[in-house]
Amino acid sequence: MRWIWFAVLLTFTCATFGADSPLVFNSAEKETRFTKLMTELRCLVCQNQSLEDSNAPLAQDLRNQAYTMMRDGASDDDIMDYMVDRYGDFVRYRPAFRPVTFLLWLGPLLLLLIAAAVAWRWLGAQQVAEAVELSEADDARARRLLDGKAPRKEKHRK
Amino acid sequence: MRKRFFPLIIFTGLVGLLAIGLTLNPRVVPSPLIDKPAPLFSLPQVHNAAAVIGSEQMKGKVVLLNVWASWCVSCRLEHEQFVKLATSGEVPVYGLNYKDRREDAVRWLEFYGNPYVVSALDADGRVGIDFGVYGVPETFVIDGEGIIRYKHIGPIDETTLGKKIMPLVRELKGRRL
Amino acid sequence: MIAELGHFALIVALALSGAQAFFTLAGAVVGNQSWMNVGRTTARGQAAFLSIALAALAYSFIINDFSVAYVAQNSNSALPLHYRISAVWGAHEGSMLLWGWILSLWTLAVTVFSRGLPAQLLARVLGVMGLVSLGFLAFILATSNPFSRLDPPMTEGRDLNPLLQDPGLIFHPPLLYLGYVGFAVGFAFAIAALLGGRLDAAWARWSRPWTLAAWSFLTLGIALGSFWAYYELGWGGWWFWDPVENASFMPWLAATALIHSSAVTEKRGVLKGWTVLLAITVFALSLLGTFLVRSGVLTSVHAFATDPSRGVFILGLLVAVIGGSLLLYAWRAATISRASALFAPISREGFILVNNLLLFVAMATVLLGTLYPLAVDALGYGKLSVGPPYFNTVFIPLMLAVALIMGAGAIARWKNDSASRIGGRLRMAAVATVVVAVAVIAVTRDATGIRAALAVSLALWIVSSTITAMNVRLRPLSALAPSLAQMPAAQWGMVIAHIGFAVALVGIALSSLYSTETHRRMVPGDRVLVAGYAFAFTELREVDGPNYRATEAVFEVAAHGKQVAVLRAQKRIYSASNMPMTEAGIDGAFTRDLYVSLGEPLEGSAWSVRLYVKPYIRWIWLGAMLIAAGGFVAAFDRRYRLLARRNIAAHPTTQRQAMAGR
Repeated sequence: MRWIWFAVLLTFTCATFGADSPLVFNSAEKETRFTKLMTELRCLVCQNQSLEDSNAPLAQDLRNQAYTMMRDGASDDDIMDYMVDRYGDFVRYRPAFRPVTFLLWLGPLLLLLIAAAVAWRWLGAQQVAEAVELSEADDARARRLLDGKAPRKEKHRK
Repeated sequence: MRKRFFPLIIFTGLVGLLAIGLTLNPRVVPSPLIDKPAPLFSLPQVHNAAAVIGSEQMKGKVVLLNVWASWCVSCRLEHEQFVKLATSGEVPVYGLNYKDRREDAVRWLEFYGNPYVVSALDADGRVGIDFGVYGVPETFVIDGEGIIRYKHIGPIDETTLGKKIMPLVRELKGRRL
Repeated sequence: MIAELGHFALIVALALSGAQAFFTLAGAVVGNQSWMNVGRTTARGQAAFLSIALAALAYSFIINDFSVAYVAQNSNSALPLHYRISAVWGAHEGSMLLWGWILSLWTLAVTVFSRGLPAQLLARVLGVMGLVSLGFLAFILATSNPFSRLDPPMTEGRDLNPLLQDPGLIFHPPLLYLGYVGFAVGFAFAIAALLGGRLDAAWARWSRPWTLAAWSFLTLGIALGSFWAYYELGWGGWWFWDPVENASFMPWLAATALIHSSAVTEKRGVLKGWTVLLAITVFALSLLGTFLVRSGVLTSVHAFATDPSRGVFILGLLVAVIGGSLLLYAWRAATISRASALFAPISREGFILVNNLLLFVAMATVLLGTLYPLAVDALGYGKLSVGPPYFNTVFIPLMLAVALIMGAGAIARWKNDSASRIGGRLRMAAVATVVVAVAVIAVTRDATGIRAALAVSLALWIVSSTITAMNVRLRPLSALAPSLAQMPAAQWGMVIAHIGFAVALVGIALSSLYSTETHRRMVPGDRVLVAGYAFAFTELREVDGPNYRATEAVFEVAAHGKQVAVLRAQKRIYSASNMPMTEAGIDGAFTRDLYVSLGEPLEGSAWSVRLYVKPYIRWIWLGAMLIAAGGFVAAFDRRYRLLARRNIAAHPTTQRQAMAGR
C-alpha cells in the first residue's frame, strides 16, 4: 500500500510548499481574470486546492505557463484546453457538460421536479378537515377512550 | 414496487458504490495521452550538454520513458528495477530528468547506477507538463510509432513490471513484425 | 500503566454498551421493568468508563508518554500544554474515542432529561443508543486502539501538525461531534417509535429538543471550522466544498429540514412518516461523514490518514445501523397511521413542506456532487472533478428560494391560510424589500450590484417578515414589552435563528461579491493600495515562539490618510518537524476584514505577499452563531420541560401501561 504513504506525505507537505511567486499584471481586470481562471483549475499535487491557492511547485509552473499564454493573447478557453489536453478532465473544477455529466448538472433540477411532483400529489390528495364541535357526550367518550385503550391502528394499502 | 422500500434501495446502491470506492485510489490521475502521440520534444542530454535527445531519437522502437529526479526519494525505490531491466536489454529505457540540476543528476546516476540509454535534462519542467507529469517518478510505455500506450504513476515494483509493463512491451514489439 | 487502564476502561465500556442494548430492548419486548431500568445504570457506567479512558489518554499526552504510539505520532515535549491536551483528538484513534465519549454523554443526558417518557420508549431509545455505542467501541478496539504501545518507545514525538496547533483544534472537533453524535438521539427516538409502533405528536415533542440541541452544536462546529480555515490557511477562503466539509454540511441541511418537519408533527401530527425517515437520514449522513473522512475513498485535506480496512468496518457499521433502520422502516411503514388532521397547500405546514423539499434537494445535490467523481471512476469512465464552481452554481439558487419562502412561512397560519391574508400582512416587508433592491441596483449600476441587491433585499425580507410574524403590539408602546415577554421560547428561537440566517446571507453575498485581493512582491518600505486601503510594509523581523521560529512582517494600514490597523503576518518554522507555516495578519471589524499573508521569501528581503480586503465577512460567522443561539433557545422551551412534569402528574399509569402492552 505504498500509495497510502505517498498520500500521507502529500497531505503533510501541501501545507508546507512555498512556491508562491507573484505574477505582475498591468491592469486590475487582467489580474482578476487570471485569478478567476486559476480558481477553476485543480492542483494535481495538492488536490484539494485550486491552482490559485496551491503553493506546490507544479502549481507555480502551471500558473507561469497560463500567465505566458494569457500575455500572448490566449483566451480562457485556450488555457483551459491546454490544461485538459495534458492532465485530463480531472483538472477542471467545473465539470464539462457532456453525456457523462448530464446526471450531475441536470440532477438537482430533476430532483427538484420529482420532489415537487411528489409533494403536489400528496398535497392535492388532502382535504382540509372540517372542524367539528364535539358534543359533551362525545367529548367524555373520547376522554375515556384515550385513558383506557391505545387507539386502533389503521392499515393502509399503498 | 412499494414506496416504502425506496429509501432502502437507494441506500443499498449507495453502499455498493462506497464499497467499490474502497478498492479505488482517488489520488491517481489517469493520463489523457494514452493512445495518443507522445509530445514532441528536444532537450539537452544530462551527460552531454552539447548533444540533444528528443522524441525523434526514441522513434522506431518500443521504449520506456522514466521521469526521475535526484531530489526524488521514491525514485530510489524503483531504480534497481530499471538497472536490472537495462542489464537484460529487453527494452531501452530513456530518462526524463525533471526539474533537476545537471551536476546533481550526474552524481545521482553515478551513485545509484545509470540504466538509461540517454537522460534528457528538463530543467524547467516544460516537457514534463506536456507529458502531463504531476509527480515523480512516472513511467511511460511508448511504442515504435511514438504513441503512448501506458503510464505508470509512482515507483515501479517487480509485480507491476512483470504483470503489466513487460507483457505490454512484448505485445507492442510483436505487433511490429 | 495508565494507558493500559484506559484500554481496560474501553473494554468495560464495550461490555456495558452490549448490556445496555440487550437488556433494554429485550426488556421492552417482554415488558420487564427491571431489565428496562438497566439502561439507566449502564448509561452512567459507560459515561464513567469512557471518561476514564479519555482521561487516561489525555494524561499520557500531558506527561509526554511516547511509549504510546498515538502520543508519539501526534505530540512533542515542546508542544504547549493546551495543545498537548487537544492533540488527544488530533488524529483518527483519539477522535474516535472522543466520538464514543460524547455518545456516552448524550446517552447519559437522555437518562437525566427523560422523567416523563413512557418506560418502554425510554428503554428502546437507550437500547438503540447502546447498539450504536457497541458498534463504535468495537470499531475502536478492533481497528483504532489509541492505547497501543510502541516497543521500543520513541524518545521524542513527531509533533502535532502545525496547522492543528491552534485554539480551533480545542473547540472545533468537540463541537462538531456534539452535533453529529447528538443526532443519534433523534435517530434512537425514531427507531424506538418504529419498534413500538406508536408514532404521534407526543413522540415528536419528546425528540425535537434533542435534535434542536444537536443541530445547534453542529452549526457552531461548522462555523468554527470555517472561521479557523479562514484565518489559518492564509488565502482568506472560508468554504471550499471539500468532501469532508460537505460531509458535515449534509447532516446539517437534513437536520434543518428535520427540526422544521418535526415542528409540524409536534403541532399537528402530520408528516410523521417523513419525519421518521428524515431522522434516520440525518444520522445516516453523520455516519456517512465518518466513513468518508476515515476510509480514504475521497481525497480531502481533512481526511485522516487511514487505510481501507478501517473503511470496511465503518461501511459494515453503516450497513448494520442504517440498513437495519430502513428495513425496519419499510416493514413498519404501514403501521404509521394516516393522520386525520390535514392541511391546505397554503398554510404553515405547506410552507414547511416546501422548505423541507428545498433543503432535501439541497442536501441531495451536495451528496451528488461529492460522490459523483467516485461513481464515474467506479464505472470506469475516468476521473473528473466536481468543485466549487459546480456547487456554487447549483446550491445558491436553492438557498435563495429557501430565503424567499422563509418570510411567508413564519406568518402563515396552521392548517389553512390564504395568499391574500399573508400578502396583506407582508405588504410592508415586501415594499421595503423591493425598495432596497432597487436602491442597491441604482447605486451600483452593474451586474455585481444586481446580485448584491438580490441577497441584501432577501435578507431584509427575512428580517422584516420575521419581525412581522412576532405579532408584537406597538400600540400602545407600553404593551411592547409584555407582548415580547409572552412569546414562547420556541418562537424566540425561530426569530433569532431566521435573523441569523439573514445576517449570514448578507455576509456571504457581500464578501463573495466585493472582496478585493492582490498578490505582490514587496520589500520593507513598499506601499500597496487595495480597495481604498493603503497597506504599508513597515518592518521585517525575527520572532521566537514556544516551539517555532518566525519571520514577522509588519503592515500598517491606512484609509483616508488615517491609520486603521497594524497587521502582523508570520512565516513560522516549527522546530520539531521543521515544517513551515503561514500565520495571516488579520484586522477584523464589523464591516470589513483586512488580511495579509506571507507567501515565499524572494531575493533579499523581498517577500511574496497576498493582501485582501473582505467586506462584511464576519457577518457569516455572526449569523451562524445567531442561528445556533436560536436553536438552543428553542430547545429549552418551557413546554418541553413542562411536558415532562405534566406527563407524570396526569398519567401516573403511563409506566404500567407501557409495561403491559408491546
